Amino acid sequence: MELRVAIKRRFGSFLLDVKFLVRGERIGIFGPSGSGKSTLVGLIAGLSKPDWGTIALDGETLFDSNTGLNVPAEHRRMGMVFQRPSLFPHLSVKGNLLYGYRRCAPEHRKIAFGDVVEVLQIGRLLDRGVKHLSGGEKQRVAIGRAVLGNPRLLLLDEPLSALDDNLKFQIVPFLKNVCAAFKIPYLFISHSLLEMQIMTDQVLHVVEGRVVEQTTAEDLVRGRMGESMAGYMNLLRLSQPRQVDALYAYTWGDQQLLTSSGDEEPEGLFELSSTDIMLFKSHPEAISARNLLTCRVVSTFDAGNRIGVDLDCNGDGRLVAEVVRQAADELGITEGSEVYAAIKATAFRKLG
Amino acid sequence: MFGFTPADYSAILLSLKVATVATLLSLPFGFAVAYLMTYRRFWGKVVLDVAVNLPLTLPPVVIGFLLLILLGREGFIGRTLLQPLGIRLIFTWKAAVIATSVVGFPLMVRSMRTGMETIDERLIHVSRLLGAGWLDTVITVIVPLSLRGIIAGSVLMFARGLGEFGATVVVAGNIPGLTQTIPLAIYEYASSPKGDTMALSLCAVSIVISIAVLLFHEWLGRRMVRSD
Repeated sequence: MELRVAIKRRFGSFLLDVKFLVRGERIGIFGPSGSGKSTLVGLIAGLSKPDWGTIALDGETLFDSNTGLNVPAEHRRMGMVFQRPSLFPHLSVKGNLLYGYRRCAPEHRKIAFGDVVEVLQIGRLLDRGVKHLSGGEKQRVAIGRAVLGNPRLLLLDEPLSALDDNLKFQIVPFLKNVCAAFKIPYLFISHSLLEMQIMTDQVLHVVEGRVVEQTTAEDLVRGRMGESMAGYMNLLRLSQPRQVDALYAYTWGDQQLLTSSGDEEPEGLFELSSTDIMLFKSHPEAISARNLLTCRVVSTFDAGNRIGVDLDCNGDGRLVAEVVRQAADELGITEGSEVYAAIKATAFRKLG
Repeated sequence: MFGFTPADYSAILLSLKVATVATLLSLPFGFAVAYLMTYRRFWGKVVLDVAVNLPLTLPPVVIGFLLLILLGREGFIGRTLLQPLGIRLIFTWKAAVIATSVVGFPLMVRSMRTGMETIDERLIHVSRLLGAGWLDTVITVIVPLSLRGIIAGSVLMFARGLGEFGATVVVAGNIPGLTQTIPLAIYEYASSPKGDTMALSLCAVSIVISIAVLLFHEWLGRRMVRSD
């Protein structure tokens, strides 16, 4: 997917003035509320009209103020999922799901009804009215409805923001799976760094109506590590839980991690803050932390007055730890050096 | 029953007929105006708003008189459109329908607008993004979701139409058997020396019809709540 946008739009005293070119499948639009993210998405979708500029998707111009071209929203073939599900209250689940599918030209119908129903696990809801669904079910139906419109681009406008944490991380795998399974590129709009980290590769950072930075989700998160008290959030996909005394033992690559939170699900997403990883130069004899990993320092990076340490611990992916500058010097943390990382079992928080 | 004369029966039937035809005739126009006022921004919107709502505040007699001037033989519409087509409206039951339509129109539009304004704007966005053009969106989203307002507006207009007097008497006259509706018949009985009983009988009919309309509206409302 290639999206080229250069537009201006004024709303009262607010001016949206953006120019960018993005290529990729998982694009994030990140920024604080009121920064113009949703406005931008509305303009891309064709729900409102820029005062000036051009919008082109995969080489096809959708809007051009010079020629007066403005492809109406119903012909742009973009799907949208809002913060709230916005299901048609007068239609059944099935009626909602098929609304876009029926209006999609047969030659564009590449995504089949049954497949979406299966991936989103909404088969048993089909004949129900939408008013009595739970919040998570409603959002799954909304996602299915947008996907079944067979869009060229899916616009996800804070689709997780209205859900509580528990529900949010139940929806995330569905959202990721459905987009991956049907190869739908998307723009994911959110003010949450964690969601950017989970859902996107590239990120457009929008502040006060302008794109201030075009970066990767990883760099965005690392860049903010210094300012954040919570530190860098490592996201770990852990599998095969086994109960060990009062703890859970999960497999993480070649490692085993002990966590205090867990359940019987075969796989789970956990978050671990960089501030919860303690580094040792040599093997500590006895410590209270339940996890002690031997790691190799891959690289280090500056994060304000702290140093971020990229660690390879033979797990499934890297870990980012952080130490103050002085500690980094004392421990002699340099690329290639070996350190021990101690992590408490309680430091892991299960997301979903 | 009540010793009604054939003219009385025809007044009752005519009242029902005029109110029904006026309501059905106004439905598409009322919907179109309500749609424009709710969803479209255009030059002259305020003028349209005032024009539609004016009959609410104007005395019906004034409306009747203006219609008479406009539709009569020498009137603008009468001379340029009706005469050449050989249509005569003034002093026929059709004039009563037009008078009733104009007077009841703002009530219908207001109810419809209230219904449309309660529709979540995002639903309309969603339908467009899913490939529905505006007419498709109107039929599959706006009509079903503003149905309650459409019905309330129609019922309100029908009820108002049953009672229309001032505008009707000016443009349609008070011709028994032809243009005399219940209110006009009651007026005639009330102004004749021995007509009190007959006027009361027609009042009773009026009350029965009104109660029936209200009950029907109530029943429909409850049914819709249940189906939600």
